[in-house]
Amino acid sequence: MTAPGYLRFELVRTFRNRRFFILSLVFPIVMYVLIAGPNRHEQDVGHTGISAPLYFMIGLAAFGTMNAVLSSGARIAGERATGWNRQLRLTPLRGRDYFRAKVLTSYAMALCAIFTLYAGGVALGVRMPPDRWLSMTLLLLVGLVPFAALGVLYGHVLTVDSIGPAIGGTTALLAFLGGAWFPITGGGFFQDAAKELPSYWLVQASREGLGVSHPWGAHGWAVIAVWAAVLTVLAARAYKRDTKRI
Amino acid sequence: MLLGLLAPDAGSVSLFGAAPQDAIAAGAIGAMLQTGALIRDVSGRELLAMMGSLYPDQLPVEEVIALVGIDEIASRRTEKLSGGQAQRVRFAIALISDPSVLVLDEPTVGMDVEGRHAFWMTMGDFASRGKTVVFATHYLEEADAYSDRAVLMASGRVVADGPTTEIKARVRSRTIRVTLPWVDVDELAVLPGVAAAERHGAAAVLRCSDSDTAIRALLERYPDARDIEIVGARLEEAFLELTALSQAAVA
Repeated sequence: MTAPGYLRFELVRTFRNRRFFILSLVFPIVMYVLIAGPNRHEQDVGHTGISAPLYFMIGLAAFGTMNAVLSSGARIAGERATGWNRQLRLTPLRGRDYFRAKVLTSYAMALCAIFTLYAGGVALGVRMPPDRWLSMTLLLLVGLVPFAALGVLYGHVLTVDSIGPAIGGTTALLAFLGGAWFPITGGGFFQDAAKELPSYWLVQASREGLGVSHPWGAHGWAVIAVWAAVLTVLAARAYKRDTKRI
Repeated sequence: MLLGLLAPDAGSVSLFGAAPQDAIAAGAIGAMLQTGALIRDVSGRELLAMMGSLYPDQLPVEEVIALVGIDEIASRRTEKLSGGQAQRVRFAIALISDPSVLVLDEPTVGMDVEGRHAFWMTMGDFASRGKTVVFATHYLEEADAYSDRAVLMASGRVVADGPTTEIKARVRSRTIRVTLPWVDVDELAVLPGVAAAERHGAAAVLRCSDSDTAIRALLERYPDARDIEIVGARLEEAFLELTALSQAAVA
């Protein structure tokens, strides 16, 4: 692990920005209570076989964590705008350590969002064995990899002005199409298309809570892997192009 | 290019016998860029500690804070600093790796008179440790007063390179100022060695091609001339003259 000083610094900085921190956590949990609260006795949301508190707990965790992870892009864009990252390029800090710190910081934010929703879920009656909680969390974290890459990509191709709507719009659209706010069922075109989105599989992590082992299956893993690979390549290319000019 | 931010179109850049990136990795070069804000939500001290942690060798944070004289503001969040204060924190950042060469781009823009003075004093301290300071400026007075060697550039070409006294000596013209209220400037302008004369109230200003001849003639003809000053060209005038010469040579 290199440049631990920089990582610690980024973590301190992020968690000290209280407005950002609180707003990132408040919206998902408020939406969760509004959506799942009235339906907390519903045991089979949209014939998925999943209870409403569990389904929406993960649905909104997907929404909140996508937002948290993409927000690293806003930080990168901001640092590009002020010239701070140029100052960093005059230090021995390597690009890869810079991104590692950015991604790990955004993952720390994502974990906070996940735990907030888990607390809400437990309050509304979600119960499962500890190992299921754990494997569900791990699936969520893996499913966020494409979004981490997308955040870095956005940070290098967008400006401070345009990145807010881009992150908000992407999160809302993918959450909607992935079934975070209501289940995508019926097997038609929509569901087929949804299955090719990484957000769909984030939401599917909730099936861990039903005792389904490996809820993603080969299809889910392939979708996550392909999105992660493609977006990482694009992000690396955007970074290279950006650092060519001063 | 010097800092490795930009690759040269042709040729190569070498610092301490290696690529700029290697000098940066070793912390041998520190830089303060013309633009660039500090990031927010941290104090100057935390920022310095983090930047220091990136280098193999670093100066102690408190030593840098004392050297730059930012004790009072080091604990404040960066977003609450004034422009001049932020500038000094940025300067401290450039020093944290204890670089052998310090590159400053327009370092005193936005500083008040006292700030500028304190800044150059610090710079002098730093240089006296055996370090090299390279700075770019549009204020030639600063270059004249604080540098040992100046390189003047105009339109991307080097027009002069050497100690500032030598550069100024290349420009022969000098100026004589004298209090001589009752003499007409036209009479002064025809004195031997004088190229042009102007009047500023009771004082006359003579631009001389040969000030030695001019001063003799002046005193002989007007023995009651008072408050005489003879000054050489300032770096700024030298710059103007040298750039005019080089442009004439190009044309």
